[in-house]
Amino acid sequence: MSSESASPAGGAEAPRYYSLHEHHPENGTLLGFWLYLMSDCLVFACLFAVYAVLGRNYAGGPTGRELFDLPVVAVNTSLLLLSSITYGFVMLHVQRNRLVPALVWLGITGLLGAGFIYLEMREFAQFIADGAGPQRSAFLSAFFTLVGTHGLHVTFGIVWLVTLMVQVATHGLTPANQRRLMCLSMFWHFLDVVWIGVFTVVYLMGVLT
Amino acid sequence: MLNHTSLTTLFLGRLSWNALPLHEPIILYTFVGVAAGGIALLGAITYYRLWGILWRDWITSIDHKRIGIMYIILGLIMLLRGFSDALMMRAQQAVAFGDSAGFLPPHHYDQVFTAHGVIMIFFVAMPLVTGLMNFVVPLQIGARDVAFPFLNNFSFWMTACGAVLVMMSLFVGEFARTGWLALPPLSGILFSPDVGVDYYIWSLQIAGVGTLLSGINLIATIVKMRAPGMTLMKMPIFTWTALCTNVLIVAAFPVLTAVLALLSLDRCIGTNFFTNDLGGNAMMYVNLIWIWGHPEVYILILPAFGVFSEIVSTFCGKRLFGYASMVYATVVITILSYLVWLHHFFTMGSGASVNSFFGITTMIISIPTGAKIFNWLFTMYRGRIRFELPMMWTIGFMFTFTIGGMTGVLLAVPPADFALHNSLFLVAHFHNVIIGGVLFGMLAGINYWFPKAFGFKLDAFWGKCSFWLWLSGFWFAFTPLYVLGLMGITRRLSHFDDPSLQIWFEIAAFGAVLIFLGILCFIVQLVVSFLRREELRDVTGDPWDGRTLEWSTASPPPVYNFAFTPIVHDNDTWADMKKNHYARPQEGFIAIHLPQNTAAGFVIATLSAACGFAVIWHMWLPAAAAFAAMLVAVIVHTFNYDRDTHLSADEVRKIEGSRTALLANHV
Amino acid sequence: MSSEHSGSLEHSATLEHTGTLREYVTGFVLAVTLTAIPFWLVMSHTFGRSRTTAAVILVLASVQIVVHMVYFLHMNTRSEGGWTLLALLFTVMLVVIALSGSIWVMSHLNDNMMPASMHGMHGMHGMHDMHDMP
Repeated sequence: MSSESASPAGGAEAPRYYSLHEHHPENGTLLGFWLYLMSDCLVFACLFAVYAVLGRNYAGGPTGRELFDLPVVAVNTSLLLLSSITYGFVMLHVQRNRLVPALVWLGITGLLGAGFIYLEMREFAQFIADGAGPQRSAFLSAFFTLVGTHGLHVTFGIVWLVTLMVQVATHGLTPANQRRLMCLSMFWHFLDVVWIGVFTVVYLMGVLT
Repeated sequence: MLNHTSLTTLFLGRLSWNALPLHEPIILYTFVGVAAGGIALLGAITYYRLWGILWRDWITSIDHKRIGIMYIILGLIMLLRGFSDALMMRAQQAVAFGDSAGFLPPHHYDQVFTAHGVIMIFFVAMPLVTGLMNFVVPLQIGARDVAFPFLNNFSFWMTACGAVLVMMSLFVGEFARTGWLALPPLSGILFSPDVGVDYYIWSLQIAGVGTLLSGINLIATIVKMRAPGMTLMKMPIFTWTALCTNVLIVAAFPVLTAVLALLSLDRCIGTNFFTNDLGGNAMMYVNLIWIWGHPEVYILILPAFGVFSEIVSTFCGKRLFGYASMVYATVVITILSYLVWLHHFFTMGSGASVNSFFGITTMIISIPTGAKIFNWLFTMYRGRIRFELPMMWTIGFMFTFTIGGMTGVLLAVPPADFALHNSLFLVAHFHNVIIGGVLFGMLAGINYWFPKAFGFKLDAFWGKCSFWLWLSGFWFAFTPLYVLGLMGITRRLSHFDDPSLQIWFEIAAFGAVLIFLGILCFIVQLVVSFLRREELRDVTGDPWDGRTLEWSTASPPPVYNFAFTPIVHDNDTWADMKKNHYARPQEGFIAIHLPQNTAAGFVIATLSAACGFAVIWHMWLPAAAAFAAMLVAVIVHTFNYDRDTHLSADEVRKIEGSRTALLANHV
Repeated sequence: MSSEHSGSLEHSATLEHTGTLREYVTGFVLAVTLTAIPFWLVMSHTFGRSRTTAAVILVLASVQIVVHMVYFLHMNTRSEGGWTLLALLFTVMLVVIALSGSIWVMSHLNDNMMPASMHGMHGMHGMHDMHDMP
């Protein structure tokens, strides 16, 4: 179906239907990761929906008002919010190609995240010890699952952060590593966004009713 | 301290010899057959020394064309399993009246209809659709591959591993007996304490990860990797439907993941999401699963619509009528598909106001689909129609699907649905649209793009036999079900008291036999085409006088698809190029970058299947080990920075040169 | 799929997504404020345990989410040719539909179908035994 004639007449002009040079499509990693975050958003939306529907089904068991210790939640929230800005510092140093400061702030971010997880696990352990485990009522099932899924994400983020620290330390701030740092940045901030929803809907509103 | 029993439990969980179907002859013979066939296949691969090629060129391949073909092979194999379930159901329902209990006790019948639904939707329709999109889209947009080739390979193996888990449930343990959506409380731990629902959950979770990643992959591909000049409104219509389908995938599958996770928490650790007591609400499961479920059926049908658009345009020799309105219709369907989900449970009791809202939205969503049908008809009007096989499937679709759609609009009326919900009318409706729409679309697409993938056409005679048997078989199989449904007969029954119903079920069984013959003819078509491949050979790369870019490549395309990236000026790019006497370049080739093959996807997916199997059987130690291994494998893979290779300009010239010679010899 | 030699392209493409120190600090200060206010409102019972408080903290949470999107995630109309924003808006729309739709549907279902609120089912005496049904 294509003709076999020689190259187009008037050889000086560029061919109309194909590019003579190597075509580099734009890298899709950041868009792809953003799309993954949107899908993760929908997972959390589902969990929030379940919490909204089942969150007042106490089954005669403990309520949020009885269980939640708001000062601790405030500390947790601060840790996560701080870790967001420390990651911001990471990216600012990456922008200026400063490897060691970037690694330092990465480490601090990881530690803040670990602190968040520690406090959360202490809270969970306390609830379970008090007979307010996830099996006690639908409210508690929804609570543990929503907050726990967020915590799982933070944990995976920390594992990723440590892995990336090793990779950056050994390979430097290559374009591939910059992309990975950017992806982790998006992931980390996204988790803080979800936490805004969690502390508002679960903890603050749970204490209000 | 750890005595023998607790060690055994830690390693083997609840797995025991009882899990094997030693007392069930049907399954036992099936296993013997499958095992014999499997051994024969492995033996043949070994004998012909194909392991190297299999590993290098297929299992570890990140080439979208290979992956697309593997998806379709998976879908077709699972079609055989899913259809066997259908034959068993038709056989049982044709004989089980009054005193005769048939040959399938309810315990098995329930597994059969559950497996039939799960396999057909998740492991036949989804892989076929994903496979076609994977193969075709990069070629249509002038790209070398998808945006994330490694993820593509991983996605395929996750889907395949999900299928493996479902198949294992046949021989080790049991499958779920809950229907394809596993509604609680029946699917909860109290009423389904055995492994069946766990097999269901984990095979779908694993396959779901693959599907979600594939969705992200294709969206990024279409957004980022279109050839220069190909604006959104110059994309082929199949690519548009692929884009919308993958948006639906990314937007819907997370909901399925979340809901199944909640169900598994209920089953494993005793949470109370969907239980009857302690505050649970089973209706929430129904609500959420259909928030996923309705977009899912549009995920299945939109690519089929895309296939038909391409076929109608090609075989009528005309540009598609109303391209812009087709695009808008597709986008509108994408958005509206999120506003109709409650029509699957009108009868659950949400009341008149809620039911009316969703009834109206359901009716509205039929409008863009109707617009598409008119567009296809207008494309055919005054066209020079060639009734090749793909076009025949399209005509069959237009007739069959339209009627199925109309029964859907009937069901969208809540008062009507109160009588027809969960009746055989419903079963007939969704088979009408899925077989008439999705399956006919996939068979049309396979017939259409087969020459592109393999370099020779499919045999027309056996293809036509298959088509007529499918078409007539479908109508014989499902018209009785419409009648029975209107009479009030419920779905999923393995036995009936009223013998006057039997004739309808016998007609339906006859239809199933016709479809069975249609499938056989399709298999024969594949074999005969392979044997006759030299006669059916296509060397031009464009056997149908196609209109889109994939037909500008060789059949099969070289690994890099295009030696030079195309520059696009108009819709129906290839038709435009042919009209303007495009000359294929024969010199000036440059080196081309390509991603390397990798075993990581296969390894991680296999580990996830092992982990899933272990979790199902409560083998906690192996499960933890498999999970840890997965994590390690993922991290190790991320340490591999050396993922690219390249083809030198010389090698490209050689490949292109051999195509030039081929074209010259066959002129 | 890109290789190392196109590094300079990647460098600028990736880093056009990062922000400035001022943006991060502004975002941080706003976020802290928008967090402190709800905590204080609830812990000090300013409006009492009322729906006003709930509405206010929900609004503040939404605002803080936007702050995070703009200052930390650098959300704008140009990123990835507008596709980032489009994806976000589409997701937000779906989240709203899923949340509000589920709440609407489930509250109607609960009203009509749950044993505790059988006020609409006069004369159906057997209904209270529903919890015994499998």
